[in-house]
Amino acid sequence: MIGVRLYMLQRLTALIMAPLVIGHIAVMIYAVQGGLSASEILGRTQGSLLWALFYGTFAVAVALHAAIGLRAIIHETFGLGGKSLAILTLGIFALLGGMGLHAVYAVTA
Amino acid sequence: MSDDASLKVSVWRGAEAGSFETFDVPMQESQTVLDLVAWVQQNADPTLAYRYACRVGMCGSCAMMVNGVPRWTCRTHVSKVAKDGTVEIAPLRNLPVIKDLAVDMDPFFDKWTAAGGAFSPTKSRDDTVEPILPETPERREADAAIECINCAVCYAACDVVSVNPDYLGPAALNRAWSLVNDVKDGALDARLTAVSGAGGCHNCHSQQGCVAHCPNELNPTASIAGLKRATVRAALKGRI
Repeated sequence: MIGVRLYMLQRLTALIMAPLVIGHIAVMIYAVQGGLSASEILGRTQGSLLWALFYGTFAVAVALHAAIGLRAIIHETFGLGGKSLAILTLGIFALLGGMGLHAVYAVTA
Repeated sequence: MSDDASLKVSVWRGAEAGSFETFDVPMQESQTVLDLVAWVQQNADPTLAYRYACRVGMCGSCAMMVNGVPRWTCRTHVSKVAKDGTVEIAPLRNLPVIKDLAVDMDPFFDKWTAAGGAFSPTKSRDDTVEPILPETPERREADAAIECINCAVCYAACDVVSVNPDYLGPAALNRAWSLVNDVKDGALDARLTAVSGAGGCHNCHSQQGCVAHCPNELNPTASIAGLKRATVRAALKGRI
């Protein structure tokens, strides 16, 4: 149920996520050790195009990566295929991407 | 070993629906699992259906599930697999059962063909024979994969095949990889396209059940990984 293009897209999103995860963990450690409050964090992220791009890219990469992975699991576990599987894959991508970007918007807008 | 001793041999009877039937089979020196099946058919129930040919691990036709593990029965000694004097013998997993221990190999070979398993020559009989250097990287890859005799043990061992009926399986993809590395073959892009579909090489989870059970000690997982790399390169270049 995974063709070469979905395979490449999943590897590409993994490549994108790897440095972003490291960056996110580094930011969390910095924020916690520095004792930043929620409002101080928001003060740094709100209005920042850099943080919006950082976490926006992360949210889209996660949504693509997870949707492709779940597509394989759903096909192998429940036997779902064809259009139903394609719609469900897109639905998972839209749900995860929508939630992720909503959260990014909330802290950067 | 005493001739009086016997084994409890449970043999699958029926087709997809069926049950195990247990036979008492006399133990013998250097007895193989195929010997057990032959004894049952020749001495207890002549209607038992099973498949074999060479009896020396060359033809690949006697593969069955022995105590839940896919094996060549002709090359499996009873002494190595019997548990408390019992052996369970079933038809190969992941293939339709025709009767008793004989499975329908059609899906296996259909996928072998669908994965581009047929050699596509680039020369005719009028051309000179192309020299093949054994030490080239391509030939080494082809040689590593080429010893497959299509016994379907890897196909029976593969969990992806069991949950994804479209998946081409380790043997078909291993064959495709041997041809991808064959400089005499002229259907590279067609073959890479054939292994890149919904049931293609990208569905392999690299669990390596095929590697663990291949009686010829081949590594289909490595072949499939090679196909993944080759198809990605071809896709990036717009060839597939």
